[in-house]
Parts: sequence; C-alpha cells; structure tokens
Amino acid sequence: MQTTKVSLTVNGKEMEADVDSRTLLIHLLREHWNITGPHIGCETTHCGACTVDMDGKSVKSCTVLAAQADGASVLTVEGLANADGSLHPLQQAFMDNHGLQCGFCTPGMLIRAYRFLQENPNPTDEEIRWGISGNLCRCTGYQNIVKAISAAAAQMNVKEAAE
Amino acid sequence: MNAKAASKKEREDALEGIGCSRKRVEDPRFTQGKGNYVDDIKLPGMLHGDFVRSPYGHARIKSINKEAALATPGVLAVLTAEDLIPLNLHYMPTLAGDVQAVLAHEKVLFQNQEVAFVVAEDRYSAADGAELVEVEYEELDPVVNPFHAMDKDATIVREDVKDAKEIGGHGPRKHPNHIWNWQAGDKDAADKAFKEAEVTVEEMVSYQRCHASPMETACCVADFDKINGELTVHGTFQAPHVVRTVAALISPLPEHKIRIISPDIGGGFGNKVGVYPGYIMAIVASIVTGVPVKWVEDRIENLSATAFARDYHMTGELAATKDGKITGLRANVIADHGAFDACVSASKFPAGLFMIVSNSYDIPAAHVSVDGVYTNKAPGGVAYRCSLRVTEAIYMMERMIDILAQKLDMDPAEIRLKNMITPAQFPYTTTFGLQYDSGDYPAALKKAMKAVGYDDLRKEQAQRVEDFKAGKTRELMGIGVSTFTEIVGAGPSRVCDLIGLVGTFDSCEVRVHPTGAAIARFGTKSQGQAHETTYAQILSSEIGIPASDILIEEGDTDTAPYGMGTWGSRSTPVGGAACANAGRKIKAKAQKIAAHLLEVSEDDLEWDVDTFRVKGAPSKAKTMKEIALASYSNVPEGLEMGLEAVEYYDPPNFTFPYGAYICVVDVDVDTGETKIRKFYALDDCGTRINPMIIEGQVHGGLAEAFGISMGQIIDYDEAGNVVGASFMDYFIPTAVETPEWTTDHTVTPCPHHPIGAKGVGESPNVGGVPAFSNAVNDAFTALGGVHTQMPHTAPRVWEHAKELGLVA
Repeated sequence: MQTTKVSLTVNGKEMEADVDSRTLLIHLLREHWNITGPHIGCETTHCGACTVDMDGKSVKSCTVLAAQADGASVLTVEGLANADGSLHPLQQAFMDNHGLQCGFCTPGMLIRAYRFLQENPNPTDEEIRWGISGNLCRCTGYQNIVKAISAAAAQMNVKEAAE
Repeated sequence: MNAKAASKKEREDALEGIGCSRKRVEDPRFTQGKGNYVDDIKLPGMLHGDFVRSPYGHARIKSINKEAALATPGVLAVLTAEDLIPLNLHYMPTLAGDVQAVLAHEKVLFQNQEVAFVVAEDRYSAADGAELVEVEYEELDPVVNPFHAMDKDATIVREDVKDAKEIGGHGPRKHPNHIWNWQAGDKDAADKAFKEAEVTVEEMVSYQRCHASPMETACCVADFDKINGELTVHGTFQAPHVVRTVAALISPLPEHKIRIISPDIGGGFGNKVGVYPGYIMAIVASIVTGVPVKWVEDRIENLSATAFARDYHMTGELAATKDGKITGLRANVIADHGAFDACVSASKFPAGLFMIVSNSYDIPAAHVSVDGVYTNKAPGGVAYRCSLRVTEAIYMMERMIDILAQKLDMDPAEIRLKNMITPAQFPYTTTFGLQYDSGDYPAALKKAMKAVGYDDLRKEQAQRVEDFKAGKTRELMGIGVSTFTEIVGAGPSRVCDLIGLVGTFDSCEVRVHPTGAAIARFGTKSQGQAHETTYAQILSSEIGIPASDILIEEGDTDTAPYGMGTWGSRSTPVGGAACANAGRKIKAKAQKIAAHLLEVSEDDLEWDVDTFRVKGAPSKAKTMKEIALASYSNVPEGLEMGLEAVEYYDPPNFTFPYGAYICVVDVDVDTGETKIRKFYALDDCGTRINPMIIEGQVHGGLAEAFGISMGQIIDYDEAGNVVGASFMDYFIPTAVETPEWTTDHTVTPCPHHPIGAKGVGESPNVGGVPAFSNAVNDAFTALGGVHTQMPHTAPRVWEHAKELGLVA
C-alpha cells in the first residue's frame, strides 16, 4: 500500500496524516480525524452531504483525494460557529426558519450556503435555489432552506452595514 | 414577592405546549455537526463489512472462490451462504411472513443481490476483497414483467417455496410465482352495480417502482460481547424493538441480551423499517470475529437492493349514473413484490390498507382483488412516506374519478363534491367496513378552490386550449385536483400486528424528577420528524411542566418501553396518544398529592395550566413543580412514592387525516417539459401540535410526491438489469426543480384520540402524487388524452402528445 503524507488546515487547526494514497478527503476527515459533520450520501458527487469549503471553494469531499487537499485550508460545519461559540447567522437562520429536519444534509447545505453568500451577498430566492442545487435534501422540500439562507443574508448585510 | 404573578396566558405560553410553533430542540446539534448518525459511530477494534453482489438478475451459482479475496491485505473473512447454513441463518423471516435470503443460496434472484460478505480492517480493504471474490454463474431467464409472472411457461423465481401451499398465511397460490390473492368488499354487489350502471369507465393505472432514498443509506454497527453473551446493534432502524424481537427469534440469544440502538437517523420514509441482509451479516460477523463490525451500504446498493416502493399495477373501474354519482368501484391489481415478499405490513393485510380506495366518496358497492407476484427484482418494504398501499389506492381512485368526469364532461371538482361523504354522515362506515372518524370534505375542497381562484383558472385553461387549436400557443395548461382521505395510526391490535406476534400499540414512559423536570421515553423513533420537540409539547400541555424541562428519548430498546416504531404516520396518532395518557396518569397522581398537601379532598381541586387550586380559594394552590418534590418526600398514606407513569396505548381505531390539493402545471407540447406554476395544499390533520413542523412535513412530502410523479422510476430491462439506480439517473429534485408550496389547513379533531390529533407526515405523499399526475393528464383532457402513466418525464409527456397527434 502506497501512503502519502498530507498536511491540512482544518477549521483553523493544522493537521497531518499518513494515508493510503487513494484515501478520499471525506474519509480522511471522518475516519482518520473524527470530523463527522460532513456526511456521505452518495459517493458520486451528486448529493452534496459531504460538502466542505476548500481554499474558498465549495467542494464535494467524496470525490477529492486527501492528497489533492494537501496544503489546503478546509472548513467544515464544525468550524462555522464563531470563536466565542456564538452561532454563524446561517446556523441561527436554519434553526429559526425550520430549514432542516433529519439533519443529514444540513452540514453540507450550511457550508455551501456559507460560500454562496460570499459569492452573492444579496441573492434572490431563484439565485439561492441555483446556488444550492448541488445539495440534495429529502425532508424539507427546500422552501424553508431558501427562506433561511435569505434571512441569514439579510442578517449578515445588516451586521456588515453596522460595522 | 417581587415580580407580578404571571398571567394565565403567560404561564400557558411558557409551557410551549400544543399549538405552539416551538423551535426544534434537535437543531443545535444538527447545525453544528454534532448529530450522532450510525456511520459516525466508531468502536475500538471495529471491522468493516462489504457485500459481493450479483451482476445478474437471475442465475445459478456454480461456485464461489474466496482465495484471492482472503489473500488481500486487511481482509479477515469471506462469508457465504454455506457458512450460514449450519447456523440456519441463510434465510431470515420478512415482516410479510415470507423468508428472504441473507446471502444467495444456489441461485441469485435479482441484480445486486447479496452473495458474499467480506470482513476487513477498514472499508477500503473490504471493498478490495469484495472485488476479488470469484463467483461463477449460469444465467437463467429472468421474470421481469409482473403481468407475465403467472404465465404457464414462466420461469420459477423461488425454487425454495415453489411447492408451498401459501406464503405468510394468506391463502392458496395459483402459480409458483404467485404469492397470494387478497380481496375485500362485496363482489356480487359490485358486479350488480356495474351491470346496472348507466356509465362505466376502466383504466389500467400503474404506480411505478420507485425508491424513498433517504439521504442516509442503511447501516449498522454490530457489537457482540462474547464474555457476557450480549449483542448491541446500533443501526438505522425505524422500529428498533421489532428488530430486537426478530433478532431474538432467529438467533440463540435471549431477548434480554439483545440491545438495539437507533441513534440519529438521516431520514427514513419507510426505507428503514425492514430487516436487511446487511444487518444480519454485521451481527454474524461480529459474533464470528468477536469484535464490532460496521456495515454501510452505498447509494447504488441502497437504490438497487434495499426496499423499493410501490410497483402496483391497478386496473380500476367506476360505475356511475349519467349525472356523475358513483354507484360502484372495482379494482384488479398486480403487485410486483420482487424476489421475496418483504413488504412492511400488518400481518393480516398483505395488500396493506388498500381498502381505503373508496377515498372521500360515498360509494355503495365495491370490490378489490390484489395478486402479489414474485419477479426477479429487489425485494422491499414498499414504503415511501406511506407504507400500507394507501398512496397507491388513492392514486388509482383520484385518476379514475377524473377519467369518469372526462367521460361525463363534468368538472373534476364538481364530480368530487357530488360524491363526497358529507359531514352529517360521520362517523361514516365505508363499503369496506372502515369507520372514518371525522371530517368536512366539501368545506376543504371549497376552501382550496377559492384560494387558488379555481373558476378563473378553468377559464384560462379553456382559452389556452382555444389558442392552442388556433396555433397561437404550443403550451397547454393542466389543473390537478386531489381530494384524499388517509388511513394512518396503525393500529388497533385486534386487527393489526407485526410478524404475527406483536400488536401495533405504542408506548410512553414518563418520570418526573424531584425538581420538576422530566424525562419521557417512547417506543417510536424519529427520523427527522422532531419527536424530541413535539412529544414534549403534548406532555407540557398535559402536566404543566414547560416543554423545555422535558427530555424526550427514543431508540434504545434497553431503556425505551416496547413500541412498534415510526412508520405509517403513526407516531402522533399512537405514540402521541400514549404520551397524553401517560401525562394524565401523572396528573391524576399529582392531584392526590396536591389534595394531601392542601388538606382538601381531590374533588375540591381544579387544574389551572400548571397548578392545582382549591375551588373557591385560588390562592391555596400547589404547582406541579411543588408536587413533584412532594412526590419524593410527602405523599398521602397508601400512595407509593415517586411521580412516574407508563402508558401502552392500543388505539380503538385508525385515524383519517384528509386534504384537498390543487396543482397548476404548464406543459410545453413540443418538448414535453412541464412547469409547476402553483401548488396549494390544504391539510386537516386534526389538532395541530406544532404548526411549523406540520408545514415542514407537508413541504417535504410534497417535494417527494413531486419527485415520484414527475421523474422517479426504478426500472428493469428485459435481462433483469436494474436501470437507473444511482443519483446520476434516479431523479431526486433539487431546489431548482422543486416548486413553491402554499400550505393551508382546517382543523377537525379526531374524536377517539386523547388530544384529537390524526398524523400528517404521509398526507402530502398520498394527496400530492395524484395532484401532480392529474394536472399533467388534465392538460391533455380537452384534446382527447385520457391517461398517461407516471413518471411524467419530458420524453413520456412528449410521447403522449405525439400519440394524441399534437406533435409531428
């Protein structure tokens, strides 16, 4: 078995591992480091449950090799809350707007929404729907997710204007 | 002392009880990546299992060579049916009274059937090993078309039961591929109605094979403790106690040494009720190796092998008078159960609750006959946000009534109003003997029609047809009406049981702690429905302890009282009733303690939100919090200490939620593309516990109904290859395709339920599928279209337009 040494910054923390070269990023996170927020729903890049933020882009970590992530900075749902423990506006908005049910897609959905709102801080509902179209949800029918992301955007814009 | 005493309203609000859109207590962990799903569980020394699956739909196994697999680094064992035979575990019982191969023995009966189980140190080596198990097959003719399963020369699917007189105790079989025939209603009366009818219609309405595909696939971690002989299984189980009992029945382990734990479940929709080979193999592997073994299926395995849904092919007939009063109903159904009958159903109902088929209508005579057949397809629970053939029955009826309306040139809403059971007829006994609890069906439909501007929509549609005929547009417009009555809350144990042994009651156990907080445990199991939030609301309204001070726990068979789990929209109707009644027992005991503390008789007390007060002297009072403490220190003589209650609730009847849905669709005739313009859903689920969560359930159910009617199919080709069993092919709607939903409600409490609730989770599936399908079919009605089968994908809709001569 050929192994590869990888170093990543995950949620602000520097981490290292020796992994089988074929190891996928999602397995590095979940199996090696017990970062189990990102989930596995399909292993074929369709469902988005494994979405993490890698160097400023949303990626589906089930089809990224750990070796490809070497040197990258990765954010998972575990790193979304603020350092003081207060929730990110998206986390709060998902709770306030009933944007989740079983919770399985939620970590990927939140991390995708986090990046999307940086790409488009003032989205229309239609743009939000396209923005999260790589993330599947079976429980909510999406309406309250769209509502939550829209509410978070408004909240973040108010906060930014105040700062 | 300082602050002014809280008003009654303030005290009620503080409880966050029934009717409050309480925020979910599950959400903080799910939004911070701290959910605890099965695949998150990691035990010391844990191994991983992976299946070798059949590439063929039907083949004889000539040989299995494990050598190369066993030589793979990390692989510890390869198990086949030969290894299970000495344990008598190569077959397992199904919930339908059939047996299912755990690992294929002699023959494989469907593509991707489990053939061997590879146990390895990690999931990568397990997959490597599975690749290297060499299986030699001899291909056999597969039975794919259920309509030909009982042909004289049809290949026999199940050699193991080919001579069995009956399967699951459901009567004589007509053919080796026949499982059972089930009938309901009065055949003579129905035949007479048809003979005397002024008008009749007939249509074969198929509800295609599809799949619930929750975001989390099925998985488990089996952990056998050799020293103590104890087995713990963490798994994706919607009904953990049923799994424990099945495990006790098929293993030498006594039931008290088996502990089943369902942690957080990533969606179920009925896909996680059954017992699957992966669970059994993880358990066997843990017993063999002495360490924990995890099994996690991938998406393709889930779609192609674990619990399909539907596959019901229903020839419906209606008899009616010329002015549209339905006088008779008949249905002949072919049910494709795949290679094993693993249908999730109450033991006595092989076709589930299909007798709900008369729906919301006053139909005097009816008869239905269902034949279950074996084919070379995956077995399964047949559930998908509706487990008991209710959605199939309602879909058929809702298509047939539209077809009848078309024949009589009546409006679909008008014909429904003409045939609906009226409020004065409740409690209403259907021609099949079901007793509907309560409802005002015409009011629901009229409210829906008003909300969408029904008459104007019909005018717009008529104009569109004129414009189409005049060549001014290539787009048609369809209006789908669906009025449905559901049957949920299974169910009264005198008629309903599982595995022929345990009745479909459910349970709740409440303990109030000395400081006035409480824990309540249930036999149900949430998979996203937020039981931790809503059960606490029911209890808080009953016992006056704030919902935030009540912990709800489910899913651990060592601590939870025995229950049938969560499926068939039964948690609120059955578990919720157990919850309310357990609360009432607590309150009754609290009243005795309060009377003792206040030195009055029990009858002198009245309940006020969270406090017992002396009638006429309201300042003499004891709050539930004070009573809780006293229950552990100062109880009247003869009363035992503590404040606990257990309720096993066996419902006297099913509950019958209902609704009226209207869908408006625009159809591009040249491409077959459809666009949902509007979807309005009115639900009446009786008393509403948490409106926010009800609306969320309806949204989700509608999105699933949209997926089913517009795109989902698990199809097989002639060779028995499953077509489209990945998320590349199988249609899971994204946020882009999914329409906006408008929800509405009326409230007609259930008279036999302690708090009047009926359940709602499945309603949007049952009502949604016909609304979408009726809308698409309705677009073509004025141009001669009668019925086109689901799913209404663009190519199929285009084909339909082509058949009608609308496109070249």
